[in-house]
Amino acid sequence: MFFESIRMSLKNITKNKMRSVLTMLGIVIGVVSIIALITIVQGATKNISNEVIELGGNKIYINVFGTALKQGLTQKDVELIEDLDNIRGISPTISGKATVVYEGKLIENVIVEGKNEVYFKADPDLLSCGRTINILDLESKNQVAVIGDNLVKELFFGVNPIGEKLIVNGVTYTVVGTFKASTGFSLGSTNDTVAIPYTTALRSLGVKSISTLDAYLDDTSLADQTIVEIKGILNRAFNYNEDAYSIYNMGDIIESFQSIMSMMSTLLVGIAAISLIVGGIGIMNMMLVSITERTTEIGLRKALGATPFAIRLQFVLEAIFLSLIGGIIGLILGMLLAFVLAEVMGIKAPVSLSTNLLAIGFSASVGIIFGYMPARKASQLNPIDALRSL
Amino acid sequence: MNEIFTMEDICKSYYTGYEELKVLKHVNLIVYKGEFISILGPSGSGKSTLMNIIGCLDTPTSGKYTLSGINISETDDIQLAKIRNKEIGFVFQSFFLLPRLTAWQNVELPLIYSGIPKNKRKEKAVDMLHKVGLSDKINNLPNQLSGGQQQRVAIARALVTDPTILLADEPTGALDQKTGISIIKYFEKLNKEGKTIIIITHDINVASYANRTFNILDGKLSEQVRFSNVL
Ligand SMILES: Nc1ncnc2c1ncn2[C@@H]1O[C@H](COP(=O)(O)OP(=O)(O)O)[C@@H](O)[C@H]1O
Ligand SMILES: [Mg+2]
Repeated sequence: MFFESIRMSLKNITKNKMRSVLTMLGIVIGVVSIIALITIVQGATKNISNEVIELGGNKIYINVFGTALKQGLTQKDVELIEDLDNIRGISPTISGKATVVYEGKLIENVIVEGKNEVYFKADPDLLSCGRTINILDLESKNQVAVIGDNLVKELFFGVNPIGEKLIVNGVTYTVVGTFKASTGFSLGSTNDTVAIPYTTALRSLGVKSISTLDAYLDDTSLADQTIVEIKGILNRAFNYNEDAYSIYNMGDIIESFQSIMSMMSTLLVGIAAISLIVGGIGIMNMMLVSITERTTEIGLRKALGATPFAIRLQFVLEAIFLSLIGGIIGLILGMLLAFVLAEVMGIKAPVSLSTNLLAIGFSASVGIIFGYMPARKASQLNPIDALRSL
Repeated sequence: MNEIFTMEDICKSYYTGYEELKVLKHVNLIVYKGEFISILGPSGSGKSTLMNIIGCLDTPTSGKYTLSGINISETDDIQLAKIRNKEIGFVFQSFFLLPRLTAWQNVELPLIYSGIPKNKRKEKAVDMLHKVGLSDKINNLPNQLSGGQQQRVAIARALVTDPTILLADEPTGALDQKTGISIIKYFEKLNKEGKTIIIITHDINVASYANRTFNILDGKLSEQVRFSNVL
């Protein structure tokens, strides 16, 4: 009898094709929006947090604004921070703008950053070719440079830049390496940068002190304590003027970003769920119409010995199939939509199994919930009233 | 003699607004195994109402109805469905065939609810259609059949579960006289083979085929004394 009920309900769905399709549309739209929204939001969150983590989840950023008496950190201050327990390394940045010339080609306002070897060691994937700036370069204040991808394209078109001479603010540097092209949302893009040893930069950029520091941690979980210690050093350096510097921790930023994104996705899914409920009401409506139309049939089936359960089963199955077929169509369209959106946004957004199960489960339960009431109504019809309704 | 059912003091009222419409008034009836009974009465006298109560499609307002030893007023929906399925074969005036199902699929319907496996169902349905003389129409849809043929499909459907009693509510009402007589003759044959049958009619000719005839007038049932019985 169970298979019989399945057959009967499918037959009825296919008999009223137009009506079934329109009814399913509500579910399709609901499921498409749930799948696409979840996938895109999850994908975007993941992509952005990956980028941010790449920038350094184990990093503490220190910005120094200085006071009237003391403009930035001295070499000594940096060494104090470097000596703290949880610090693996310190990467100071000294930056300025410069005019860069190579064989008569000139670019103005190029960002020149003084870096140390710690910066290059923190990310082994930084370079596309050549070598990094190393401790020897720093100690002997060598005039060497690692240049960004855009500069390679603009200045060294068709030439291997390694070993070439580049003139920065009138001083000649040897190009020893090139940065990999940064993509996507990258906040710390190196595409337009010229990196030189920071010791060299202190001399040639005319900067006397250090104002930007990245501190790499050994143990991210101890970040809070390390920040307190760094604050102690900075307070002493700037005479307890807390406005002279700012410190922030990448881990905290990632966490708060992720919690905002998960709140967003909950909200969006909630909105999508409302459209599924609207779809469910559509199914309920169609079932009620169908039952009114088939009152005589129901009466006859009951007269021939159909139990209330058999009648209920037939109609609940009909509702479940309607919403399940809608759910599967929605799933396929939702995955397509998510794929297209991901391509357009340039992110990776794979549809997770749990999202699929959620969508299928959701649509099936919409069928059960919204199909049950009409099915119950049908099963409770008095056979003789139903037969007489013709 | 074996009793199929007994009705004691059955009353049925309908309530339209504040008014009570008494359709059946204190009906008493005992039907025995193998009887062929006709109930004769004018339109609106309560024939269908009585038949629906006998067929467990409707419930009396008061009185006791016992079918195959079961007190019907004390049964639940599930038992009632079983009784309709196993004990009763119902033939309606307007056939009530499902238009989207073929002849054999219509006949098979009650067997679905008896839980008979699919291949057995078709076999039984086709067999039954053969008995009512429709071997060549098993795959026809109802609208491809004449009225008499449709009523035969309906009879096959009523008989396919081999019910204790066959109830027919004006089975010839929608048919021409010749077709009607052939249907009644078929009932007569079934009765000779041992089936208990009750038919409702307002046609005295049709009623005369039965071995007992009741008159119903204004909701009151009375047995018609037969000339042959008196002799
Ligand atoms: N559901 C109902 N509600 C109100 N009155 C009804 C209902 N069913 C039948 N009746 C009334 O009961 C009376 C008997 O009907 P019925 O048993 O169908 O008569 P018959 O079959 O003898 O023509 C009629 O007057 C009819 O109008
Ligand atoms: Mg009638």
